[in-house]
Amino acid sequence: MSASAFLSRFDAARAVLPGDASLREAAAGVLRARGLPGPREEAWRYTRLRPLSEADYAMPVPGREVSLPASVAALDAPRLVFVDGTYRADLSVPPSKAVLRTGVPAMGPLARPESERLVALNTMLAADGAELSVAAGVDAGTVVLVSLGGEGVAFHPRHAVHLARGAKLTLIEICAGEGRYLHNPVTSITVEAGAILTHLRLQDEGIEAIHLSTIYADVAEGGTYDSFALTIGARLARMEVHARLGGTAAMAHLNAAQLLGGVQHADFTTVVTHDAPATQSRQTVKNVLTGRSHGVFQGKIEVSRIAQKTDGYQMNQALLLSPDAEINCKPQLEIYADDVKCSHGATVGALDADQYFYLRSRGVPAAEARAILVRAFLAEALDPIAHEAGRALLENAVAGWWERHPA
Amino acid sequence: MLEIKGLRAGIETKEILKGIDLVVPDGEVHAIMGPNGSGKSTLSYVLSGREGYEVTAGEATFDGQDLLSIEPEARAALGLFLAFQYPVELPGVNNAVFLRTALNAQRRSRGEPELDAVQFLKLARAEVKRLSMADDMLKRNVNVGFSGGEKKRNEVLQMAILRPKLAILDETDSGLDIDALKIVADGVNALRGPNFSALVITHYQRLLDHIVPDRVHVLSAGRIVRSGGPELAHQLEAEGYASVSEAA
Ligand SMILES: Nc1ncnc2c1ncn2[C@@H]1O[C@H](COP(=O)(O)OP(=O)(O)OP(=O)(O)O)[C@@H](O)[C@H]1O
Ligand SMILES: [Mg+2]
Repeated sequence: MSASAFLSRFDAARAVLPGDASLREAAAGVLRARGLPGPREEAWRYTRLRPLSEADYAMPVPGREVSLPASVAALDAPRLVFVDGTYRADLSVPPSKAVLRTGVPAMGPLARPESERLVALNTMLAADGAELSVAAGVDAGTVVLVSLGGEGVAFHPRHAVHLARGAKLTLIEICAGEGRYLHNPVTSITVEAGAILTHLRLQDEGIEAIHLSTIYADVAEGGTYDSFALTIGARLARMEVHARLGGTAAMAHLNAAQLLGGVQHADFTTVVTHDAPATQSRQTVKNVLTGRSHGVFQGKIEVSRIAQKTDGYQMNQALLLSPDAEINCKPQLEIYADDVKCSHGATVGALDADQYFYLRSRGVPAAEARAILVRAFLAEALDPIAHEAGRALLENAVAGWWERHPA
Repeated sequence: MLEIKGLRAGIETKEILKGIDLVVPDGEVHAIMGPNGSGKSTLSYVLSGREGYEVTAGEATFDGQDLLSIEPEARAALGLFLAFQYPVELPGVNNAVFLRTALNAQRRSRGEPELDAVQFLKLARAEVKRLSMADDMLKRNVNVGFSGGEKKRNEVLQMAILRPKLAILDETDSGLDIDALKIVADGVNALRGPNFSALVITHYQRLLDHIVPDRVHVLSAGRIVRSGGPELAHQLEAEGYASVSEAA
């Protein structure tokens, strides 16, 4: 669908969409003027939205019957379930230690529809979302945010997460579904002083689906935004994360793994802004690519003049399991302070033949040997995940990946 | 029984093994000695199925089964084990998990029930103790940060747990201290019996004092130039390879 097709959907629906109409009109104006991102734009050089422009999506019909993935029940935690972008109280178990509001898009304070067009698209058409707040000093435990998509629809949920001073939360996000659909969520995250948000994401959308998500995270003094995103689903995916470290010693971990096969394309794009002294960012991004899949990592670290003693680290590694798989990596450093430590690195390689032979010489069959070496490649990213149930969820997804892409 | 006949093999650009004939009957331990670069490791790799070598002539069978046409894991399942001259590090792979995966893969292929984590650890801990290895060896990543001698001991640990029918030990004694040499030799001797045979590649008589071989072969420039009893190793130690090569 083109921008104008989305705009005419908006024209038909604007009367019934809840929330602030002026934000929507402004976002529509951005799309009308500039359209959807195209390959001539620097930020979209490696990721073409062509499958999106070729698709045609309807507005979701609420209330359809779905069954929750078994992995959700296994987490045994409060859960917020969205089906085709609409909150479903009948499938959800609200948290007791966090305040939840649903029914309207949670616009949040951080989004920039004027610079990110997919955010403009979301702002224009968002119909629902979760607003989750944890009060000062409260440890709200774990909350699971589930999105299930179905055939032929586009949905643009808008979420906001707020952790007050010293609060704690683990948010586990699972995106799944079946059929051709577009999931275009935007999440605004604010972490106040000393608060810790752990954000584990499993992007396991249907194999024909498109996943385009944008996260804005703002971390105050001594706060931590610790995230890990595993991408295994969708035909076309882009996860964009904008993290701003706005208080002294604030910290962000934007770790990710992309396991792709067939003709999948996935893009992990980050912009980390160090905007206060002694802030720290860590990004370890691992790609395992087979078939004719294509992985992209674009990571930008910006260090403002006042952000002395910044410590920024970025590493992108790719394991190419087939000669037709492809990886693009674009690190970018923009540093205006003089006393900083920033580093980035990238490696691309195939399976190590000596390691592979060593395993097989011990009787481990070829497929299992490959799985062991891929798991080992991911160890650095997966092992530090302290949340046991969350790590188990991701481990299972990695283990099951082989069944989809037998070598 | 391992039977090698007229085996010629090499890499793309050159022939390394130039016609090897060798028979190792069940229950016997044979030593292979020979100068650096003579092809000892190449022989062990070709037998265990490492990629990159081309076999141009001859054959190798184990218990009558052709080895050269089957995958490395199938050779392991038949009971072949290679203790590597340079053991490979596997960052991110836990040693205990590695060993259990290997053991269970072999058991599966032989139609035997797999061991669960508890059963396996009991077995593994006993072997670790017998080989006087540090307890944390099982918890560490395979060979990562191991000292040279620890890596060699880890090879012997794998052998003790996998209980092969035919073990090829490629310079397992190199880098071992005197006590470790004895422990490793004891580990091999413990397996000796009518259903176990071994090909022990070494440069030193010292190992053969502990693992007394039934036969000693000298490999030189890709050929076995001399075979004899244990006394041959003593002669080599005293006189060097020149004496036997000329005699051949
Ligand atoms: N992959 C390779 N590429 C190039 N040369 C090789 C390769 N593999 C073996 N060779 C050569 O083949 C010859 C035999 O090597 P091999 O490792 O089998 O010797 P070796 O008898 O085990 O020696 P050492 O006692 O030093 O361990 C050597 O000259 C070696 O350089
Ligand atoms: Mg050698």
